[in-house]
Amino acid sequence: MTQPAVEARALRKEYGNRVAVSDVDLTVHPGDVFGYLGPNGAGKTTSLRMMLGLIQPTAGSVRLFGRDPQDDPVRALDGVAGFVEDPTFYPYLSGRANLELLSALDGGVDRERIVEVLEIVELWSRAADRVRGYSHGMRQRLGIAAALLRRPKLLLLDEPTTGLDPGGMRDMRELVRALAGEGITVLLSSHLMVEVEALCNRLAVIQTGRIRFEGGLDELLGRSDSRYRLETTDQARALEVCRAAAGVHDLAQENGQIRFAGDRADAASLSIELGRSGVGIHALVPEGASLEDLFFQLTEGGAE
Amino acid sequence: MTLRAYRWELRKLVSQKRTFLGLGAVLVIPLVFVFAIAVNPPREEGGQFFFRYVAETGWAVPLILLVFSSIWFFPLVTALVAGDIVAAEDQNRTLKTILTRSTTRTSLFVAKVLAAFSYALLALLVFGLTATVAGGLVSGFGNLPTFTSVISPHRAAVLVAGSFAVYAVPILAIAAIGLLLSTLSKNSAGAVVGTLMVSLTMQLTRIIPGLDGDGVQRLMLVRQLNAWQGLFRDPIDWSPIVHAFWVSAIYGAVALVVAWLHFIRRDVLV
Repeated sequence: MTQPAVEARALRKEYGNRVAVSDVDLTVHPGDVFGYLGPNGAGKTTSLRMMLGLIQPTAGSVRLFGRDPQDDPVRALDGVAGFVEDPTFYPYLSGRANLELLSALDGGVDRERIVEVLEIVELWSRAADRVRGYSHGMRQRLGIAAALLRRPKLLLLDEPTTGLDPGGMRDMRELVRALAGEGITVLLSSHLMVEVEALCNRLAVIQTGRIRFEGGLDELLGRSDSRYRLETTDQARALEVCRAAAGVHDLAQENGQIRFAGDRADAASLSIELGRSGVGIHALVPEGASLEDLFFQLTEGGAE
Repeated sequence: MTLRAYRWELRKLVSQKRTFLGLGAVLVIPLVFVFAIAVNPPREEGGQFFFRYVAETGWAVPLILLVFSSIWFFPLVTALVAGDIVAAEDQNRTLKTILTRSTTRTSLFVAKVLAAFSYALLALLVFGLTATVAGGLVSGFGNLPTFTSVISPHRAAVLVAGSFAVYAVPILAIAAIGLLLSTLSKNSAGAVVGTLMVSLTMQLTRIIPGLDGDGVQRLMLVRQLNAWQGLFRDPIDWSPIVHAFWVSAIYGAVALVVAWLHFIRRDVLV
């Protein structure tokens, strides 16, 4: 059986009295594009730092392809690359010299590969300039280039689109999608639901240091009923029909519109009931952004 | 891997202004000093021993500069790089960048130690060569009076070189203290000033009752910066030199071990 790319078990980090990460269990399988979703300050970066061997867990363990970065960081990080918070470089060296340095620290300068990765992230034309003069977006891209230098099997990316303009965000997502398409396993932290929904097949939701959900995107979406908006010719009558209908719940009326929760079958039966009762339907619309709703349900469900 | 990391530490030093600030100073100070004695030669009586002869023989110039620079100048030049070399990674937030590659923390630490030592030795070499050449050009390369006799230019050249070699030993220990403060404080300016303060405080103990005794002073690192003077006794007095070696080795080793243990175990949070 293949080893999980990332396997965190009961991972915990305390800073003095503050618990930054509490009993995090997380499994990323090879080939996953795994979203690590949570609001700012939830413990995503701290988790990633432990995965990269930058900080020691207070308790628990993390393994990358079966190896513990605390025991032997160099071997555990073999084939693993990424960054936490923002990628950082020596400001007084050029982008290219920074990559040469990192390539040397990886075991020997591979000039061909440096050119390749600079072209992948479209920084070749600015490679000779000092990093001091790079924009935030260019540094993010240089960070990806630095990670790709190692030809990684696993990429750990901490909010790679944060601080980018809309064009930069789109490019970065396309890059991540392209890399995943080449078979690289990606663990991507984000506080943006749309990003995770667009890129990831599996995800974990973390809040105040605890995992609230871990599983497939479909699983999360199917976990709760969808919400619908209903507009009819006779809202008062429609409300009565809804109350009587099987499976329809969380009924609410606002601004002359009826909102309810239920699955697809419930909504279909309701439409027939409304017709039988002589109520015409103007609109019966599933409300979108369901992952966002779920995210708020998960993360605002009260701190335990 | 350590060698590769060391080469890159050197390349990083070459790319930073502060490196040249120190190297510039060790180049300029001897020139200014020689210019001053050419314009206004010192009178023979009084003053530091070698100072009386700087107008007579260029060999006295590097030696008197060693005496003067021990108080704060050379510790500062050394601290400028040693105090910065780890802390700069914290300030540039680049530790996470280099610690997630295929080089161990120990290798990176050793590379930094070697780079800080290399810089200190280079600075000392530039200082000595500039002082000797400039001194010789102004005052000639004549016989050098020592504490006990007068020696030939040939012997003076060997002993001046030997003096700088002996002087380098406690300087490397000061570099190790700079590295320790750099590692612990994570603040470049703090570590540079701190190293200088350690050096000045040790000098100050000479006038503090209870600490001014020879038993305590013998163990002060800064005192070892004068050990080279044993070379100018006849016969050569090796005992202060051997003593300086041991005292410096103990200061240096303790500082490096503590710094290393901290570096390999610390949480990298920036």
